[in-house]
Amino acid sequence: MFAYLLRRVLYAIPILIGVNLLTFTLFFVVNTPDDMARLQLGAKHVTPEAIERWKVEHGYDKPLLLNRDAQGSAQFTDTIFFKHSAAMFAFEFGKGDDGRDIGNEIVTRMGPSLAIALPVFAIGLLVNISFALLMVFFRSTYLDLWGVVLCVVLMSISGLFYIIAGQFFIAKLWNLLPISGFADGLDAFKFVLLPVLVGVVSGIGSGSRWYRTIFLEEIGKDYVRTARAKGLSEVRVLFRHVLKNGLIPILTGAVVVLPLLFMGSLIVESFFGIPGLGSYTIDAIQAQDFSVVRAMVFLGAVLYIVGLILTDLSYAWADPRVRLQ
Amino acid sequence: MSAIQPVILWTDALVFALVAGVTGLVLYIRRHEHLRAPWAGVARQPMAMGSALVLAVFVVIGLLDSLHYRERLPDSPPDKPQYSVEVLSAFDALVGPLRTQQEKTYSAPLAMHLYAKEFVDHDGVVVREYPRLKYGGAHLESAAAHWADIVRRVLLGSVQGLAIALLLVGVLAAWQARRSRQSYGEWLTVFGTGRLGWPGRTLATMLALIAIAIAVLLHLAAGYHVLGTDKVGQDVLYISLKSIRTGLVIGTLTTLVTLPLAVVLGIAAGYFRGWVDDVIQYVYTVLNSIPGVLLIAAAVLIVQVYIESNPELFDTAAARADIRLLALCLIMGMTSWTGLARLLRGESLKLSTLDYVEAARAFGVSHSRILGRHIFPNVFHLVLIAIVLDFSGLVLAEAVLSYVGVGVDPSMYSWGNMINGARLELAREPVVWWQLGAAFAFMFTLVLAANLFADGVRDAFDPRLGGRR
Repeated sequence: MFAYLLRRVLYAIPILIGVNLLTFTLFFVVNTPDDMARLQLGAKHVTPEAIERWKVEHGYDKPLLLNRDAQGSAQFTDTIFFKHSAAMFAFEFGKGDDGRDIGNEIVTRMGPSLAIALPVFAIGLLVNISFALLMVFFRSTYLDLWGVVLCVVLMSISGLFYIIAGQFFIAKLWNLLPISGFADGLDAFKFVLLPVLVGVVSGIGSGSRWYRTIFLEEIGKDYVRTARAKGLSEVRVLFRHVLKNGLIPILTGAVVVLPLLFMGSLIVESFFGIPGLGSYTIDAIQAQDFSVVRAMVFLGAVLYIVGLILTDLSYAWADPRVRLQ
Repeated sequence: MSAIQPVILWTDALVFALVAGVTGLVLYIRRHEHLRAPWAGVARQPMAMGSALVLAVFVVIGLLDSLHYRERLPDSPPDKPQYSVEVLSAFDALVGPLRTQQEKTYSAPLAMHLYAKEFVDHDGVVVREYPRLKYGGAHLESAAAHWADIVRRVLLGSVQGLAIALLLVGVLAAWQARRSRQSYGEWLTVFGTGRLGWPGRTLATMLALIAIAIAVLLHLAAGYHVLGTDKVGQDVLYISLKSIRTGLVIGTLTTLVTLPLAVVLGIAAGYFRGWVDDVIQYVYTVLNSIPGVLLIAAAVLIVQVYIESNPELFDTAAARADIRLLALCLIMGMTSWTGLARLLRGESLKLSTLDYVEAARAFGVSHSRILGRHIFPNVFHLVLIAIVLDFSGLVLAEAVLSYVGVGVDPSMYSWGNMINGARLELAREPVVWWQLGAAFAFMFTLVLAANLFADGVRDAFDPRLGGRR
């Protein structure tokens, strides 16, 4: 078990190196620091001196991979690659264009992100499973058929519509909740309610349809027939047998996104003005703040890989037939 | 010397290449019974066929909008013609006045007055009131006749649409009756009782609904701005219709990019195993572990820098927007091939251990032949299902990416840009809702039709759901 875990963690290292090299290529080789400076300065202020000054300010005035002017190991360490890409392995992200430390920002913004993402995830899972079970209980009736059609309809609505409609009707027209904003501590509750509601509703369509197929696959299996043959009621079969076994793929599938919840939701956070990592990322993309985007790419990759490892572990934990070797 | 100069944008060329490819595929499938069978299964499902009809309307509009040209400037010398920098399409020519009849600013759907009050000069007396629109309802003497006129147009359109639909169905019925060697009456009885073997009644109903919708729209659009006008006074119906092409291009060309990568790499990983498998798995795990939006954002920013530093390569604004659209498709394709590749890897891993593949290998059949004859045909249904399922997701993704600022060019007509431009207008008093509503409604119609069609295709092709066939 421990050996397996160790191997998985070691396997993550080449992947992170790959991610790092890819972002390095995208941000420094294809798109040189000169291009970045030109984009940032805007057409009016582009002079060779201004570009040079911008590069010095951001620490991009070094060679990419090998610094021939330096001595000893500084030949490798005093380069853009080492200072800006390799340093991310130590979670040193440097400063954003606004001069703030990115690492600090990430730590303070994780809280608000989680305050939205975690309830959306948990409530969403509960609601979707309940809907799916309801459809499975009434399977091959009109209720099931229209349930599936409703799911497809809900899936076909743009996520932006849920947000805009929610803000317009619930917040603006009926004045039930604040349109956007955030507060610390318990005051956050009323600000969190609407984004969570929107997040849950926008996930119902695809989620419950997906879970319905999982439950239907379970319901065709032999042990379910045996349970019915024993004379168990349909409700009992559904809750004691189908639900329990269907939960294995559902929960293990959900584990992979668990670490990514820290990143928050890009669109929801930016619409509702939540000071989380999602809105941080969007702001960085719109301001073309490359150091923040790079940091978020790396963070996302790390969290995704953690999610993969957790998935493997949860399989072994939930299903005794799976052995980790 | 001609009055117009055809313009072939990059995406146009690819769209028509795609059409040619699909036509070729259809002809190929028609000649092979075993390939035709699952499609016949799709054709039997009312829901799938109804949505296919809706999709067809969208595709026709999109294709018309892909025939681009530039008009000759009227005062340019005949021996040395100069062409307008504005790139138009066959669709623009078709809807003519819809494009050119521009108001001053916002106006509500079917309105005859502007949205905002202005000072109007009535023979020297200046009054602050809602001014009349230049085109919307300009044929009316006074506001009293407004609603009566709208009702008249709707009724007229409905009757004409219904008549056209009945005529079409009648002609098609005559053709079908001849084909099945029945009398007209016999065929209609079979049709009316729904024993046709294919969903004739659903198709006829959908045809009638579409015909009525088009006829009503035509009648209304002749006198009004059916969906209102936007901030600069442009007709919202026109913008929404123009956005269809963008949505379709993103949904189809992206998959076209995805496909070769996913198929080649996925099958190669599953079939050859060993180090090939390791390398390919490594590549897609790396790509997968980067959050998709961020990768797309990074790549789009780079493309933007490239376009801005090489302005001489693009002679018109349309060409510039088009290359950005193509780049977006390429980028989205590069980030989204991993799912299908993983699926194909698993399936070909399974297939390559089957007896008949082992036997082929023992006979010394070459790898390329085994892959072509045994592996690819057996995973083809997965590829097809993935194409139709991905389409709707890509159309929806465009809107989100445009909101983030890394979608299509801001000058391009797209539902994402419409939503992005109008979302703050909900804060106005009275609310400007029609632009958002139109974008969401059009997007919803296309995505719902695509989803329902995709479900039909999956039901017919997925062997795991075999019971329904």
